[in-house]
Amino acid sequence: MDMKRSYYEDIRLFPSCVTVFWAVVLLAFLLAYPFLFKNYYVYMANYIAINIIVVVGLNLLVGYTGQISLGHAGFYAIGAYATITLMSLAGFPFLAALICAGLIAAAFGFLLGLPALRLEGPYLAIATLGFGVTITTIIGRIEMLGGRQGLHAPDLVIMGYPLDTDRQFYYLVMIITVLLVLFARNVTKTKVGRAFIAIRDAHIAAETMGVNLVLYKTMAFALSAFYAGVAGGLYAFVLRFIEPGLFSLFLSVFFLTMAVAGGLGSVMGPIAGAIVLSFLDLQLRNILSIPYVGDWLRHLSASYFSLTGVSNIQFIVFGAILIAIMLFEPLGLYGLWIRTKKYWKTWPF
Amino acid sequence: MTFFAVRHLTMAFGGLKAADAVSFEITKGEIYAIIGPNGAGKTTVFNCINGIYPPTEGSIIFKDRNIRGLSPDRVAKAGIARTFQNIELFSNMNTMENIMLGRHLFMKTGLFRGGLMWGKKSFAGKEEIENRRRVEEIIDLLELQTYRNKFVGALPYGIQKKIELGRALAAEPELLLLDEPCAGMNAEEKQDVVFWIKDIQDMLGITILLIEHDMHMVMDISDRILALNFGRPIAEGSPAEVSAHPEVLAAYLGTEEAGDAPASAGAGRRPA
Ligand SMILES: Nc1ncnc2c1ncn2[C@@H]1O[C@H](COP(=O)(O)OP(=O)(O)O)[C@@H](O)[C@H]1O
Ligand SMILES: [Mg+2]
Repeated sequence: MDMKRSYYEDIRLFPSCVTVFWAVVLLAFLLAYPFLFKNYYVYMANYIAINIIVVVGLNLLVGYTGQISLGHAGFYAIGAYATITLMSLAGFPFLAALICAGLIAAAFGFLLGLPALRLEGPYLAIATLGFGVTITTIIGRIEMLGGRQGLHAPDLVIMGYPLDTDRQFYYLVMIITVLLVLFARNVTKTKVGRAFIAIRDAHIAAETMGVNLVLYKTMAFALSAFYAGVAGGLYAFVLRFIEPGLFSLFLSVFFLTMAVAGGLGSVMGPIAGAIVLSFLDLQLRNILSIPYVGDWLRHLSASYFSLTGVSNIQFIVFGAILIAIMLFEPLGLYGLWIRTKKYWKTWPF
Repeated sequence: MTFFAVRHLTMAFGGLKAADAVSFEITKGEIYAIIGPNGAGKTTVFNCINGIYPPTEGSIIFKDRNIRGLSPDRVAKAGIARTFQNIELFSNMNTMENIMLGRHLFMKTGLFRGGLMWGKKSFAGKEEIENRRRVEEIIDLLELQTYRNKFVGALPYGIQKKIELGRALAAEPELLLLDEPCAGMNAEEKQDVVFWIKDIQDMLGITILLIEHDMHMVMDISDRILALNFGRPIAEGSPAEVSAHPEVLAAYLGTEEAGDAPASAGAGRRPA
C-alpha cells in the first residue's frame, strides 16, 4: 500500500533532490548564457523565450481547457501595440505598460471567451481565427498605431538602466519567462487548473461537481490572452519595430503548432515545442547556406521543381520535421521526454 | 419542511415525453429508488434535477426551494451530487485528482493564490494539503489506494464506477443521485457497492436517490421505490408493494430482461 506522509508531495515544485539539481543547472546556464554565446544566439534566446510565454499560455487554453484558438496572433499584436502606445503616448514606464498590455489582451480574451461558450471544435477554431485576422486588419487602419507603416519602439529604460542591446534585454525576458512559467505550472496543480482539465475531459461532470463553465472558460481565455499579450509586448522590443504584417494568421498557426508538437496538456511539453520549433524556424531560414545540404537542395529543386520554389524550402523541411515528430510520438516531444525519463530514472544520482 | 420533491416534472424532446408528469417526494435520510425498463426516463429525471436538461414543466424542490432552472454548478452548490450511468470521469487525471474535483466547492484558491502558491505554508498549499487529506479518507473508505496515482481512463469499469462514487462523496452532498451504480459489475463488486451505499446512508447521513437495474439490489436496500414506464409513473411505495404491482410486473415481463423481473426478487438470493 502507498503510505502518504505529506500530501504536499504530489504538488511540490521540486519533488526530489534530482529536480533541485536540474533546476540549479538550468538557472546557472540561463545566467551564463549571454557570456557563452554570440549576439545572434542571445537574440535567438529572447525570441525563443517569448515564444515559450505564448505557447505556455496557449496551452492553458488548448491543452488544459480543451478550447482551440487560431487567434493568438491577435492577442500578441494587442500586447505589442498596447505596450508601445502606452509608453510613447501615455508615458508609462516599460513594466507598467507591459502589465497593462497583458491586461488589455486579457480583456479581449474574456470577450472572445463569451461567444466561445456556445461554440465547439471547428466552429470555435473559425471564430478565433476571425478574431485574429480582424484585429490585425483593424490595427492596420488606425493612423495612431502607425497603420500599414508600423511603429517604432521607444527607448527602453528600466529603473535608470538603459536596455538597448539583446544582451541587456535578455535577463529581463528570462526573469519574466521563468515567473510566468512557474505561475502557469502552479495554476495547473491547483483548483483552477483542475477545473480547466475537468472541463476538457467531461464538461457535464465538471458542472455537476460545481465548476462554473462560464467563469472558468472565460478565465482560461483571459489568462491565455494575458500570456500572449505580455509576450507581444516583449517581442515589440526584440524587434524594436512592429507592423501589422507580423501578426498574420500564419503566426497563430505557428503558435498552435509549437504547443501541439511539444505535447498538449503538460507544462514542459509546450516549452520543448517552443524551443525546438522556434530554433528550427530561425535556422531553416538559412538552410540554403548550409554546406552540401544547401547545394543539394538547390540541385534537387533545379532538376525536379522550379528554381523559384527553392526559397520556400524551409517550410517544406519544417513540415516534414513536424510530420516526423507526430508520427514518431503522438504525444509530441513531451511523450518522448517521458520515455527518456523512465529510461534514465534518477540520473546522475 | 420538504427535503426533496419533484412535482409534475415533464421533459419533452420534440414529440417524445421522456418524463411525463413525474412526482415523488423523498424524506431526509432514506434511500429512494427509481426503477423501470430501459428508456423509461429515469436518467432524464436525474438530468432535470441536475439542471442539465431544462424541464418542460413542473418543479423540483430541495429544502423548500425550487431549484428548477438552476445551472448544474448551482445545483451542486445547493448540496446535490451525482454519478453517471455512462461513466463521466476526467480520464486524463489520476484517481486522486478526480476525487479532488469533488472538493471544488470547498476550495477558495483562485487564479492568483493558486498561481502564486509558494510552499506548503502558502494559502493554496495549505488548502491543497487539507483537501487531499479529506480525499485520502474517501480513497481509504472505497479501498482505492492501489489506483491513487493511476490515470483513470485505463482502469477497469468497476473501479471507475467507484471513483465516480468517491468524487460525488467528496462533495459532501446532502442528496446523492446514483445512476445505476452497479451496472456492469460482477456479483462481488455489486455486493461491495451495496455495503457502501448503506454506509453512506448510515454513517454519513446522506439521502440517496438511486436508479438501479438489478432488482435484487433495489428491493434489498431501498426504503421506497418509484416505477416508471414510458416516462410515466406507474407505481410508488415500499419494495413489496411495488414489486407486486401488476403494471410493474407487466412492464418488466414485457422487456427481454427476464432476469431482472421483480417477481424473482422476493424469492431470489439477496445480498446480505
Ligand atoms: N437529450 C435527449 N434528446 C432526445 N431524446 C432523449 C434525450 N435524452 C433522453 N432521450 C430519450 O428519452 C427517453 C428516456 O431516456 P432515459 O432517461 O435515458 O431512459 P432510462 O435512463 O430510463 O433508460 C429515451 O427514449 C431517450 O431516447
Ligand atoms: Mg438511464
